[in-house]
Amino acid sequence: MKRSARGAPGGGDGPGGGRLVDHGAWFLVLPALIPILVLSVGPLLYGIALAFTDSQSGRTEPTQWIGTLNFQDLLHDTLFWDSFRIGLLWAVGVTIPQFLLALGLALLLNENLRFRWLARSLAIIPWAMPEVVVGIMWRLVYNPDAGILNETIRDLGLGEGRDWLSGLATALPAVIVVGVWAGMPQTTVALLAGLQNTPHELHEAAAMDGAGAWRRFRTVTWPALKPVALAITALSFIWNFNSFALVYVLTNGGPGGRTRLPMLFAYEEAFRYGQFGYAAAMGCVMVAVISVILALYLVGRLRGGEDA
Amino acid sequence: MRTRKSARASQYLALLGYLVFLAFPFLWLISTAFKPPRELGSLHPTWIPKDPTLANFRQAFDEQPLLDAALNSLIAAVGAAVIAVLIATPMAYVMARHRTRLAKAATGWVVVSQAFPFALVIIPLFLVLKNLRLINSVAGLIMVYVVWALPFALWMLVGYVRAVPTELEEAAAVDGAGKVRTLVSITAPLLAPGIVATALFAFISAWNEFFFALVLLKTPEKQTLPVVLTHFLGAEGVADLGPLAAAAFLATLPSLVVFAVIQKRITGGMLAGAVKS
Repeated sequence: MKRSARGAPGGGDGPGGGRLVDHGAWFLVLPALIPILVLSVGPLLYGIALAFTDSQSGRTEPTQWIGTLNFQDLLHDTLFWDSFRIGLLWAVGVTIPQFLLALGLALLLNENLRFRWLARSLAIIPWAMPEVVVGIMWRLVYNPDAGILNETIRDLGLGEGRDWLSGLATALPAVIVVGVWAGMPQTTVALLAGLQNTPHELHEAAAMDGAGAWRRFRTVTWPALKPVALAITALSFIWNFNSFALVYVLTNGGPGGRTRLPMLFAYEEAFRYGQFGYAAAMGCVMVAVISVILALYLVGRLRGGEDA
Repeated sequence: MRTRKSARASQYLALLGYLVFLAFPFLWLISTAFKPPRELGSLHPTWIPKDPTLANFRQAFDEQPLLDAALNSLIAAVGAAVIAVLIATPMAYVMARHRTRLAKAATGWVVVSQAFPFALVIIPLFLVLKNLRLINSVAGLIMVYVVWALPFALWMLVGYVRAVPTELEEAAAVDGAGKVRTLVSITAPLLAPGIVATALFAFISAWNEFFFALVLLKTPEKQTLPVVLTHFLGAEGVADLGPLAAAAFLATLPSLVVFAVIQKRITGGMLAGAVKS
Protein backbone atom coordinates (compact mmCIF):
# COMPACT_ATOMS: atom_id res chain seq x y z
CA MET A 1 0.00 0.00 0.00
CA LYS A 2 2.03 2.89 1.29
CA ARG A 3 5.32 4.12 -0.02
CA SER A 4 4.88 2.11 -3.20
CA ALA A 5 5.92 5.11 -5.27
CA ARG A 6 9.33 5.46 -3.62
CA GLY A 7 12.03 4.78 -6.13
CA ALA A 8 9.45 4.20 -8.82
CA PRO A 9 9.93 5.84 -12.21
CA GLY A 10 8.84 9.44 -12.04
CA GLY A 11 10.49 9.84 -8.70
CA GLY A 12 12.54 12.48 -10.40
CA ASP A 13 14.93 14.20 -8.12
CA GLY A 14 17.10 11.47 -6.72
CA PRO A 15 17.14 10.95 -2.98
CA GLY A 16 15.44 14.30 -2.34
CA GLY A 17 13.99 14.94 1.07
CA GLY A 18 16.86 17.19 2.01
CA ARG A 19 15.51 20.44 0.73
CA LEU A 20 12.09 21.82 1.55
CA VAL A 21 11.26 22.59 -2.03
CA ASP A 22 13.24 22.11 -5.16
CA HIS A 23 14.91 25.32 -6.26
CA GLY A 24 12.61 27.31 -8.44
CA ALA A 25 9.57 25.28 -7.40
CA TRP A 26 8.47 27.71 -4.70
CA PHE A 27 6.42 29.77 -7.12
CA LEU A 28 4.53 26.62 -8.03
CA VAL A 29 3.72 25.80 -4.43
CA LEU A 30 2.98 29.18 -2.88
CA PRO A 31 -0.38 29.84 -4.61
CA ALA A 32 -1.84 26.81 -2.85
CA LEU A 33 0.26 26.99 0.29
CA ILE A 34 -0.73 30.51 1.31
CA PRO A 35 -4.52 29.94 1.27
CA ILE A 36 -4.01 26.65 3.09
CA LEU A 37 -2.04 28.33 5.85
CA VAL A 38 -4.29 31.38 6.10
CA LEU A 39 -7.69 29.73 5.83
CA SER A 40 -7.14 26.29 7.25
CA VAL A 41 -4.11 25.88 9.48
CA GLY A 42 -4.50 29.41 10.86
CA PRO A 43 -8.16 29.08 11.84
CA LEU A 44 -7.43 25.69 13.37
CA LEU A 45 -4.85 27.21 15.75
CA TYR A 46 -7.08 30.26 16.33
CA GLY A 47 -9.94 27.88 17.18
CA ILE A 48 -7.86 26.07 19.77
CA ALA A 49 -6.88 29.42 21.29
CA LEU A 50 -10.53 30.56 21.36
CA ALA A 51 -11.43 27.55 23.48
CA PHE A 52 -9.44 29.13 26.33
CA THR A 53 -11.22 32.49 26.13
CA ASP A 54 -14.65 33.84 26.99
CA SER A 55 -15.22 35.02 23.41
CA GLN A 56 -18.84 35.85 22.68
CA SER A 57 -20.61 37.48 19.78
CA GLY A 58 -21.76 41.06 20.13
CA ARG A 59 -20.14 41.68 23.49
CA THR A 60 -18.57 45.03 24.19
CA GLU A 61 -15.98 44.10 26.86
CA PRO A 62 -12.74 42.71 25.44
CA THR A 63 -12.28 38.97 25.24
CA GLN A 64 -10.33 37.49 28.16
CA TRP A 65 -8.24 34.39 28.70
CA ILE A 66 -10.08 32.15 31.13
CA GLY A 67 -7.81 29.11 31.12
CA THR A 68 -9.58 25.79 31.16
CA LEU A 69 -12.87 27.17 32.47
CA ASN A 70 -14.75 26.28 29.27
CA PHE A 71 -13.54 22.71 29.51
CA GLN A 72 -14.53 22.50 33.17
CA ASP A 73 -18.01 23.75 32.29
CA LEU A 74 -18.16 21.30 29.41
CA LEU A 75 -17.39 18.45 31.78
CA HIS A 76 -20.62 19.19 33.66
CA ASP A 77 -22.73 19.99 30.60
CA THR A 78 -25.02 16.97 30.44
CA LEU A 79 -26.64 18.28 27.26
CA PHE A 80 -23.27 18.21 25.51
CA TRP A 81 -22.51 14.69 26.68
CA ASP A 82 -25.98 13.60 25.56
CA SER A 83 -25.24 14.96 22.13
CA PHE A 84 -21.82 13.34 22.23
CA ARG A 85 -23.36 9.98 23.05
CA ILE A 86 -25.90 10.45 20.26
CA GLY A 87 -23.08 11.39 17.90
CA LEU A 88 -21.22 8.18 18.68
CA LEU A 89 -24.41 6.09 18.40
CA TRP A 90 -25.18 7.72 15.08
CA ALA A 91 -21.64 7.32 13.75
CA VAL A 92 -21.48 3.63 14.70
CA GLY A 93 -25.10 3.07 13.66
CA VAL A 94 -24.43 4.48 10.22
CA THR A 95 -20.90 3.25 9.60
CA ILE A 96 -21.39 -0.46 10.29
CA PRO A 97 -24.56 -1.13 8.24
CA GLN A 98 -23.21 1.15 5.56
CA PHE A 99 -20.04 -0.87 5.35
CA LEU A 100 -21.85 -4.21 5.24
CA LEU A 101 -24.37 -3.05 2.64
CA ALA A 102 -21.64 -1.45 0.54
CA LEU A 103 -19.56 -4.59 0.75
CA GLY A 104 -22.48 -6.64 -0.54
CA LEU A 105 -23.12 -4.19 -3.34
CA ALA A 106 -19.44 -4.01 -4.27
CA LEU A 107 -19.25 -7.82 -4.43
CA LEU A 108 -22.35 -7.88 -6.66
CA LEU A 109 -21.01 -5.14 -8.91
CA ASN A 110 -17.78 -7.07 -9.24
CA GLU A 111 -19.72 -10.07 -10.62
CA ASN A 112 -20.68 -10.37 -14.22
CA LEU A 113 -24.35 -9.56 -13.76
CA ARG A 114 -26.81 -7.99 -16.13
CA PHE A 115 -28.23 -4.59 -15.03
CA ARG A 116 -24.96 -4.05 -13.20
CA TRP A 117 -24.60 -0.71 -15.00
CA LEU A 118 -28.00 0.36 -13.65
CA ALA A 119 -27.01 -0.40 -10.08
CA ARG A 120 -23.68 1.32 -10.65
CA SER A 121 -25.34 4.51 -11.87
CA LEU A 122 -28.01 4.47 -9.17
CA ALA A 123 -25.43 3.85 -6.48
CA ILE A 124 -23.76 7.10 -7.46
CA ILE A 125 -26.90 9.27 -7.16
CA PRO A 126 -26.73 9.84 -3.39
CA TRP A 127 -23.16 11.04 -3.83
CA ALA A 128 -24.12 13.63 -6.42
CA MET A 129 -27.07 15.01 -4.47
CA PRO A 130 -26.76 17.96 -2.10
CA GLU A 131 -27.16 16.69 1.46
CA VAL A 132 -29.96 19.20 1.96
CA VAL A 133 -31.88 17.60 -0.91
CA VAL A 134 -31.26 14.12 0.49
CA GLY A 135 -32.76 15.32 3.77
CA ILE A 136 -35.76 16.92 2.08
CA MET A 137 -36.30 13.83 -0.06
CA TRP A 138 -36.39 11.50 2.92
CA ARG A 139 -38.72 13.85 4.77
CA LEU A 140 -41.11 13.33 1.86
CA VAL A 141 -40.65 9.57 2.19
CA TYR A 142 -41.18 9.64 5.96
CA ASN A 143 -44.09 12.09 5.82
CA PRO A 144 -46.77 10.61 8.09
CA ASP A 145 -49.71 11.26 5.75
CA ALA A 146 -48.43 11.79 2.25
CA GLY A 147 -45.23 9.73 2.47
CA ILE A 148 -44.62 6.53 0.59
CA LEU A 149 -43.29 4.64 3.60
CA ASN A 150 -46.50 4.74 5.63
CA GLU A 151 -48.55 4.12 2.49
CA THR A 152 -46.51 0.97 1.80
CA ILE A 153 -46.99 -0.14 5.40
CA ARG A 154 -50.74 0.38 5.04
CA ASP A 155 -50.81 -1.42 1.70
CA LEU A 156 -49.01 -4.40 3.19
CA GLY A 157 -51.49 -4.44 6.05
CA LEU A 158 -48.80 -3.86 8.64
CA GLY A 159 -50.73 -1.13 10.45
CA GLU A 160 -51.18 2.60 10.13
CA GLY A 161 -47.55 3.64 10.12
CA ARG A 162 -46.31 6.52 12.26
CA ASP A 163 -44.58 9.87 12.31
CA TRP A 164 -41.08 8.44 12.12
CA LEU A 165 -39.05 11.61 12.48
CA SER A 166 -41.02 13.00 15.45
CA GLY A 167 -41.20 9.82 17.49
CA LEU A 168 -38.84 9.75 20.47
CA ALA A 169 -37.96 6.12 19.79
CA THR A 170 -37.99 6.18 15.99
CA ALA A 171 -36.23 9.47 15.19
CA LEU A 172 -32.63 8.29 15.58
CA PRO A 173 -33.12 4.98 13.70
CA ALA A 174 -34.96 6.90 10.98
CA VAL A 175 -32.12 9.39 10.46
CA ILE A 176 -29.59 6.56 10.62
CA VAL A 177 -31.29 4.88 7.65
CA VAL A 178 -30.89 8.13 5.71
CA GLY A 179 -27.24 8.36 6.74
CA VAL A 180 -26.63 4.83 5.47
CA TRP A 181 -28.34 5.60 2.17
CA ALA A 182 -26.44 8.85 1.68
CA GLY A 183 -22.98 7.47 2.41
CA MET A 184 -23.16 4.18 0.53
CA PRO A 185 -21.61 5.34 -2.76
CA GLN A 186 -18.23 6.39 -1.38
CA THR A 187 -17.88 3.17 0.57
CA THR A 188 -19.03 1.05 -2.36
CA VAL A 189 -16.64 2.71 -4.80
CA ALA A 190 -13.71 2.35 -2.41
CA LEU A 191 -14.47 -1.33 -1.77
CA LEU A 192 -14.98 -1.97 -5.47
CA ALA A 193 -11.53 -0.49 -6.01
CA GLY A 194 -10.11 -2.90 -3.48
CA LEU A 195 -11.90 -5.82 -5.13
CA GLN A 196 -10.64 -4.94 -8.57
CA ASN A 197 -7.19 -4.90 -7.10
CA THR A 198 -7.50 -8.59 -6.17
CA PRO A 199 -5.92 -10.76 -8.81
CA HIS A 200 -8.63 -12.71 -10.60
CA GLU A 201 -6.40 -15.77 -11.04
CA LEU A 202 -6.35 -16.29 -7.29
CA HIS A 203 -10.13 -16.59 -7.28
CA GLU A 204 -10.11 -19.05 -10.12
CA ALA A 205 -7.39 -21.11 -8.52
CA ALA A 206 -9.33 -21.21 -5.25
CA ALA A 207 -12.51 -22.16 -7.09
CA MET A 208 -10.69 -24.96 -8.89
CA ASP A 209 -9.50 -26.24 -5.55
CA GLY A 210 -13.17 -26.50 -4.68
CA ALA A 211 -13.33 -23.64 -2.21
CA GLY A 212 -16.88 -22.46 -1.56
CA ALA A 213 -17.95 -18.85 -1.89
CA TRP A 214 -17.47 -18.09 1.81
CA ARG A 215 -14.04 -19.68 1.95
CA ARG A 216 -12.96 -17.89 -1.18
CA PHE A 217 -14.12 -14.63 0.39
CA ARG A 218 -12.28 -15.32 3.62
CA THR A 219 -9.03 -16.57 2.19
CA VAL A 220 -8.66 -14.60 -1.03
CA THR A 221 -10.96 -11.57 -1.15
CA TRP A 222 -10.87 -10.29 2.41
CA PRO A 223 -7.09 -10.24 2.94
CA ALA A 224 -6.66 -8.16 -0.20
CA LEU A 225 -9.58 -5.92 0.70
CA LYS A 226 -8.67 -5.32 4.32
CA PRO A 227 -6.51 -2.19 3.98
CA VAL A 228 -9.12 -0.41 1.87
CA ALA A 229 -11.91 -1.61 4.16
CA LEU A 230 -10.11 -0.31 7.22
CA ALA A 231 -9.39 3.05 5.62
CA ILE A 232 -12.93 3.64 4.39
CA THR A 233 -14.44 2.56 7.72
CA ALA A 234 -12.25 4.99 9.65
CA LEU A 235 -13.06 7.77 7.21
CA SER A 236 -16.81 7.10 7.22
CA PHE A 237 -16.84 7.10 10.98
CA ILE A 238 -15.15 10.50 11.05
CA TRP A 239 -17.37 11.94 8.32
CA ASN A 240 -20.45 10.67 10.10
CA PHE A 241 -19.39 11.91 13.50
CA ASN A 242 -18.87 15.36 11.94
CA SER A 243 -22.06 15.40 9.91
CA PHE A 244 -24.49 18.26 10.07
CA ALA A 245 -26.64 19.08 7.04
CA LEU A 246 -28.54 15.81 6.79
CA VAL A 247 -29.83 15.79 10.34
CA TYR A 248 -30.26 19.58 10.40
CA VAL A 249 -32.77 19.22 7.57
CA LEU A 250 -34.40 15.98 8.75
CA THR A 251 -35.09 16.78 12.41
CA ASN A 252 -32.95 19.78 13.39
CA GLY A 253 -31.86 17.71 16.36
CA GLY A 254 -35.37 16.92 17.59
CA PRO A 255 -37.50 15.48 19.00
CA GLY A 256 -36.31 16.55 22.44
CA GLY A 257 -32.67 16.45 21.40
CA ARG A 258 -32.83 12.77 20.42
CA THR A 259 -30.97 13.41 17.19
CA ARG A 260 -28.91 16.42 18.27
CA LEU A 261 -25.48 15.51 16.93
CA PRO A 262 -22.43 17.30 18.42
CA MET A 263 -22.08 19.49 15.34
CA LEU A 264 -25.68 20.67 15.66
CA PHE A 265 -25.08 21.41 19.32
CA ALA A 266 -21.87 23.34 18.65
CA TYR A 267 -23.54 25.25 15.81
CA GLU A 268 -26.40 26.36 18.06
CA GLU A 269 -24.08 27.27 20.88
CA ALA A 270 -21.92 29.39 18.57
CA PHE A 271 -24.35 30.97 16.17
CA ARG A 272 -27.63 31.06 18.05
CA TYR A 273 -26.34 31.81 21.56
CA GLY A 274 -23.09 33.46 20.44
CA GLN A 275 -20.90 31.44 22.83
CA PHE A 276 -17.83 31.30 20.60
CA GLY A 277 -15.30 30.28 23.25
CA TYR A 278 -17.51 27.56 24.66
CA ALA A 279 -18.37 26.15 21.23
CA ALA A 280 -14.67 26.16 20.31
CA ALA A 281 -14.01 24.06 23.41
CA MET A 282 -16.62 21.59 22.13
CA GLY A 283 -14.78 21.53 18.82
CA CYS A 284 -11.55 20.70 20.67
CA VAL A 285 -13.16 17.75 22.42
CA MET A 286 -14.58 16.47 19.12
CA VAL A 287 -11.18 16.78 17.46
CA ALA A 288 -9.56 14.91 20.33
CA VAL A 289 -11.98 12.00 19.82
CA ILE A 290 -11.37 12.00 16.09
CA SER A 291 -7.62 11.99 16.66
CA VAL A 292 -7.96 8.90 18.83
CA ILE A 293 -9.89 7.18 16.06
CA LEU A 294 -7.28 8.18 13.49
CA ALA A 295 -4.57 6.84 15.79
CA LEU A 296 -6.42 3.55 16.20
CA TYR A 297 -6.75 3.35 12.45
CA LEU A 298 -3.05 3.97 11.93
CA VAL A 299 -2.17 1.31 14.50
CA GLY A 300 -4.55 -1.12 12.79
CA ARG A 301 -2.99 -0.30 9.45
CA LEU A 302 0.52 -0.89 10.71
CA ARG A 303 -0.50 -4.16 12.24
CA GLY A 304 -2.27 -5.14 9.01
CA GLY A 305 1.03 -4.44 7.23
CA GLU A 306 2.85 -6.87 9.50
CA ASP A 307 0.31 -9.59 8.83
CA ALA A 308 0.70 -9.32 5.11
CA MET B 1 -24.63 -26.77 -11.55
CA ARG B 2 -27.86 -26.44 -9.62
CA THR B 3 -26.21 -24.60 -6.75
CA ARG B 4 -24.54 -22.37 -9.28
CA LYS B 5 -27.90 -21.42 -10.75
CA SER B 6 -29.54 -20.73 -7.42
CA ALA B 7 -26.52 -18.66 -6.43
CA ARG B 8 -27.02 -16.55 -9.54
CA ALA B 9 -30.71 -16.18 -8.74
CA SER B 10 -29.99 -14.97 -5.24
CA GLN B 11 -27.44 -12.53 -6.62
CA TYR B 12 -30.07 -11.03 -8.91
CA LEU B 13 -32.52 -10.89 -6.04
CA ALA B 14 -29.97 -9.02 -3.93
CA LEU B 15 -29.25 -6.67 -6.81
CA LEU B 16 -32.97 -5.98 -7.13
CA GLY B 17 -33.10 -5.19 -3.42
CA TYR B 18 -30.30 -2.66 -3.82
CA LEU B 19 -31.94 -1.11 -6.87
CA VAL B 20 -35.16 -0.56 -4.93
CA PHE B 21 -33.41 0.82 -1.85
CA LEU B 22 -31.25 3.20 -3.88
CA ALA B 23 -33.90 4.36 -6.32
CA PHE B 24 -37.14 4.66 -4.39
CA PRO B 25 -36.50 7.88 -2.43
CA PHE B 26 -35.39 9.63 -5.60
CA LEU B 27 -38.38 8.38 -7.60
CA TRP B 28 -40.63 9.55 -4.79
CA LEU B 29 -39.07 13.01 -4.89
CA ILE B 30 -39.73 13.27 -8.63
CA SER B 31 -43.25 11.95 -8.26
CA THR B 32 -44.04 14.44 -5.48
CA ALA B 33 -42.63 17.33 -7.51
CA PHE B 34 -45.18 16.75 -10.27
CA LYS B 35 -48.28 16.14 -8.16
CA PRO B 36 -51.15 18.62 -7.97
CA PRO B 37 -52.18 19.75 -4.44
CA ARG B 38 -55.25 17.50 -4.50
CA GLU B 39 -53.13 14.38 -4.88
CA LEU B 40 -50.58 15.57 -2.34
CA GLY B 41 -53.35 15.96 0.23
CA SER B 42 -54.74 12.52 -0.47
CA LEU B 43 -54.41 10.02 2.35
CA HIS B 44 -53.51 7.34 -0.14
CA PRO B 45 -50.58 8.68 -2.11
CA THR B 46 -49.83 7.12 -5.46
CA TRP B 47 -46.45 6.43 -7.05
CA ILE B 48 -47.29 8.05 -10.37
CA PRO B 49 -49.18 11.37 -10.42
CA LYS B 50 -52.55 10.92 -12.12
CA ASP B 51 -52.61 14.57 -13.10
CA PRO B 52 -48.99 15.63 -13.51
CA THR B 53 -48.51 19.38 -13.27
CA LEU B 54 -45.79 22.00 -13.33
CA ALA B 55 -47.65 24.20 -10.85
CA ASN B 56 -45.30 23.22 -8.02
CA PHE B 57 -42.32 24.57 -9.93
CA ARG B 58 -44.08 27.88 -10.57
CA GLN B 59 -45.09 28.15 -6.95
CA ALA B 60 -41.55 27.32 -5.80
CA PHE B 61 -40.16 30.23 -7.84
CA ASP B 62 -42.87 32.52 -6.45
CA GLU B 63 -42.22 31.60 -2.84
CA GLN B 64 -38.43 31.80 -2.67
CA PRO B 65 -35.76 33.66 -4.67
CA LEU B 66 -34.66 30.48 -6.40
CA LEU B 67 -33.13 32.17 -9.43
CA ASP B 68 -30.96 34.46 -7.33
CA ALA B 69 -29.97 31.53 -5.17
CA ALA B 70 -29.05 29.44 -8.21
CA LEU B 71 -26.97 32.33 -9.53
CA ASN B 72 -25.15 32.66 -6.19
CA SER B 73 -24.52 28.92 -6.15
CA LEU B 74 -23.24 29.05 -9.70
CA ILE B 75 -20.83 31.91 -8.95
CA ALA B 76 -19.58 30.23 -5.78
CA ALA B 77 -19.15 26.84 -7.43
CA VAL B 78 -17.52 28.05 -10.64
CA GLY B 79 -15.28 30.49 -8.75
CA ALA B 80 -14.19 27.83 -6.29
CA ALA B 81 -13.59 25.23 -9.00
CA VAL B 82 -11.52 27.52 -11.24
CA ILE B 83 -9.39 28.99 -8.46
CA ALA B 84 -8.88 25.63 -6.74
CA VAL B 85 -7.63 24.02 -9.93
CA LEU B 86 -5.44 26.98 -10.87
CA ILE B 87 -3.56 26.92 -7.59
CA ALA B 88 -3.66 23.15 -7.00
CA THR B 89 -2.25 22.05 -10.35
CA PRO B 90 1.26 23.53 -9.88
CA MET B 91 1.43 22.23 -6.33
CA ALA B 92 0.23 18.79 -7.41
CA TYR B 93 2.96 18.82 -10.03
CA VAL B 94 5.61 19.49 -7.41
CA MET B 95 4.13 16.84 -5.11
CA ALA B 96 4.13 14.24 -7.87
CA ARG B 97 7.52 14.97 -9.37
CA HIS B 98 9.72 16.10 -6.49
CA ARG B 99 10.04 14.11 -3.34
CA THR B 100 10.75 17.04 -1.04
CA ARG B 101 9.88 17.42 2.61
CA LEU B 102 7.19 19.90 1.67
CA ALA B 103 5.61 17.46 -0.76
CA LYS B 104 5.50 14.87 2.00
CA ALA B 105 4.02 17.34 4.45
CA ALA B 106 1.40 18.30 1.86
CA THR B 107 0.49 14.65 1.33
CA GLY B 108 0.09 14.24 5.08
CA TRP B 109 -2.11 17.31 5.20
CA VAL B 110 -4.30 15.90 2.43
CA VAL B 111 -4.90 12.80 4.56
CA VAL B 112 -5.56 14.75 7.76
CA SER B 113 -7.88 17.18 5.99
CA GLN B 114 -10.28 14.30 5.35
CA ALA B 115 -10.92 14.37 9.07
CA PHE B 116 -10.97 18.13 9.20
CA PRO B 117 -12.79 19.48 12.23
CA PHE B 118 -15.42 21.86 10.86
CA ALA B 119 -16.64 22.36 14.42
CA LEU B 120 -13.33 23.89 15.38
CA VAL B 121 -12.62 25.83 12.20
CA ILE B 122 -15.93 27.49 11.50
CA ILE B 123 -15.93 29.94 14.42
CA PRO B 124 -12.44 31.36 13.72
CA LEU B 125 -13.24 31.46 10.00
CA PHE B 126 -16.40 33.37 10.79
CA LEU B 127 -14.44 35.85 12.92
CA VAL B 128 -11.65 36.25 10.36
CA LEU B 129 -14.06 36.79 7.47
CA LYS B 130 -16.07 39.20 9.63
CA ASN B 131 -12.96 41.28 10.25
CA LEU B 132 -12.22 41.23 6.53
CA ARG B 133 -15.84 42.32 5.93
CA LEU B 134 -16.40 39.17 3.88
CA ILE B 135 -19.34 37.83 5.85
CA ASN B 136 -22.50 37.62 3.78
CA SER B 137 -20.51 37.77 0.58
CA VAL B 138 -20.12 35.09 -2.04
CA ALA B 139 -16.46 36.11 -2.38
CA GLY B 140 -15.79 35.08 1.22
CA LEU B 141 -17.59 31.80 0.62
CA ILE B 142 -15.48 31.13 -2.48
CA MET B 143 -12.30 31.54 -0.40
CA VAL B 144 -13.54 28.94 2.06
CA TYR B 145 -14.64 26.57 -0.70
CA VAL B 146 -11.26 26.82 -2.43
CA VAL B 147 -9.41 25.67 0.67
CA TRP B 148 -12.08 23.06 1.32
CA ALA B 149 -11.76 21.65 -2.21
CA LEU B 150 -7.94 21.69 -2.25
CA PRO B 151 -7.17 18.36 -0.54
CA PHE B 152 -9.24 16.26 -2.88
CA ALA B 153 -8.17 18.33 -5.88
CA LEU B 154 -4.53 17.79 -4.97
CA TRP B 155 -5.13 14.09 -4.47
CA MET B 156 -6.78 13.68 -7.86
CA LEU B 157 -4.26 15.88 -9.66
CA VAL B 158 -1.21 14.13 -8.19
CA GLY B 159 -2.61 10.92 -9.64
CA TYR B 160 -3.08 12.53 -13.05
CA VAL B 161 0.44 14.01 -13.03
CA ARG B 162 1.94 10.63 -12.16
CA ALA B 163 0.13 9.18 -15.15
CA VAL B 164 2.08 11.51 -17.48
CA PRO B 165 5.32 9.66 -18.26
CA THR B 166 8.44 11.59 -17.25
CA GLU B 167 10.11 10.30 -20.41
CA LEU B 168 8.03 12.74 -22.45
CA GLU B 169 9.26 15.64 -20.36
CA GLU B 170 12.84 14.40 -20.51
CA ALA B 171 12.66 14.03 -24.27
CA ALA B 172 11.47 17.62 -24.56
CA ALA B 173 14.33 18.74 -22.33
CA VAL B 174 16.82 16.88 -24.54
CA ASP B 175 15.33 18.64 -27.53
CA GLY B 176 16.26 21.88 -25.85
CA ALA B 177 12.89 22.98 -24.50
CA GLY B 178 13.07 24.94 -21.25
CA LYS B 179 11.27 23.85 -18.11
CA VAL B 180 8.37 26.23 -18.60
CA ARG B 181 7.97 25.36 -22.26
CA THR B 182 7.95 21.67 -21.45
CA LEU B 183 5.27 22.20 -18.83
CA VAL B 184 3.12 24.34 -21.08
CA SER B 185 3.42 22.44 -24.34
CA ILE B 186 3.92 18.83 -23.22
CA THR B 187 2.57 18.28 -19.71
CA ALA B 188 -0.39 20.66 -19.62
CA PRO B 189 -2.22 19.26 -22.68
CA LEU B 190 -1.87 15.72 -21.35
CA LEU B 191 -3.16 16.84 -17.97
CA ALA B 192 -6.10 18.78 -19.37
CA PRO B 193 -8.76 16.04 -19.06
CA GLY B 194 -7.71 15.38 -15.47
CA ILE B 195 -7.79 19.08 -14.66
CA VAL B 196 -11.29 19.37 -16.08
CA ALA B 197 -12.50 16.37 -14.08
CA THR B 198 -10.99 17.82 -10.92
CA ALA B 199 -12.59 21.20 -11.55
CA LEU B 200 -15.99 19.59 -12.11
CA PHE B 201 -15.65 17.65 -8.89
CA ALA B 202 -14.81 20.84 -7.01
CA PHE B 203 -17.83 22.44 -8.69
CA ILE B 204 -20.19 19.73 -7.41
CA SER B 205 -18.76 19.89 -3.89
CA ALA B 206 -19.30 23.64 -3.75
CA TRP B 207 -22.72 23.48 -5.42
CA ASN B 208 -23.91 20.97 -2.81
CA GLU B 209 -22.25 22.52 0.27
CA PHE B 210 -24.49 23.68 3.08
CA PHE B 211 -22.78 24.20 6.44
CA PHE B 212 -20.37 27.02 5.55
CA ALA B 213 -23.01 28.72 3.42
CA LEU B 214 -25.49 28.59 6.30
CA VAL B 215 -23.04 30.21 8.71
CA LEU B 216 -21.45 32.76 6.38
CA LEU B 217 -24.42 34.03 4.33
CA LYS B 218 -26.92 36.02 6.32
CA THR B 219 -29.42 37.67 3.97
CA PRO B 220 -31.70 35.74 1.60
CA GLU B 221 -30.51 37.53 -1.54
CA LYS B 222 -26.93 36.39 -0.88
CA GLN B 223 -27.72 32.80 0.02
CA THR B 224 -26.95 29.75 -2.09
CA LEU B 225 -29.46 27.18 -3.25
CA PRO B 226 -29.10 24.62 -0.43
CA VAL B 227 -29.64 27.34 2.20
CA VAL B 228 -32.66 28.79 0.39
CA LEU B 229 -34.13 25.28 0.09
CA THR B 230 -34.32 25.03 3.88
CA HIS B 231 -36.58 28.12 3.93
CA PHE B 232 -39.26 25.96 2.31
CA LEU B 233 -39.34 23.88 5.47
CA GLY B 234 -40.78 26.76 7.47
CA ALA B 235 -40.42 27.35 11.18
CA GLU B 236 -42.60 24.46 12.30
CA GLY B 237 -41.09 22.10 9.81
CA VAL B 238 -44.48 21.88 8.11
CA ALA B 239 -43.94 22.49 4.47
CA ASP B 240 -45.80 22.79 1.24
CA LEU B 241 -44.67 19.42 -0.07
CA GLY B 242 -45.14 20.11 -3.79
CA PRO B 243 -43.00 23.24 -4.15
CA LEU B 244 -40.48 21.81 -1.69
CA ALA B 245 -40.04 18.70 -3.84
CA ALA B 246 -39.95 20.73 -7.04
CA ALA B 247 -37.23 23.07 -5.77
CA ALA B 248 -35.19 20.20 -4.33
CA PHE B 249 -35.43 18.33 -7.62
CA LEU B 250 -34.22 21.37 -9.58
CA ALA B 251 -31.33 21.97 -7.19
CA THR B 252 -30.08 18.43 -7.80
CA LEU B 253 -30.16 18.47 -11.58
CA PRO B 254 -26.89 20.34 -12.25
CA SER B 255 -24.79 18.14 -10.00
CA LEU B 256 -26.46 15.00 -11.33
CA VAL B 257 -25.68 16.01 -14.90
CA VAL B 258 -22.07 16.94 -14.10
CA PHE B 259 -21.64 13.79 -12.08
CA ALA B 260 -22.97 11.65 -14.91
CA VAL B 261 -20.40 13.22 -17.22
CA ILE B 262 -17.40 12.70 -14.95
CA GLN B 263 -18.57 9.64 -13.04
CA LYS B 264 -16.04 7.31 -14.62
CA ARG B 265 -13.19 9.71 -14.03
CA ILE B 266 -14.09 10.36 -10.39
CA THR B 267 -14.57 6.73 -9.52
CA GLY B 268 -11.48 5.96 -11.58
CA GLY B 269 -9.51 8.61 -9.70
CA MET B 270 -10.82 7.40 -6.40
CA LEU B 271 -10.07 3.81 -7.35
CA ALA B 272 -6.52 4.74 -8.20
CA GLY B 273 -6.20 6.77 -5.02
CA ALA B 274 -7.62 4.04 -2.82
CA VAL B 275 -5.32 1.47 -4.31
CA LYS B 276 -2.18 3.57 -4.26
CA SER B 277 -2.43 5.53 -1.03
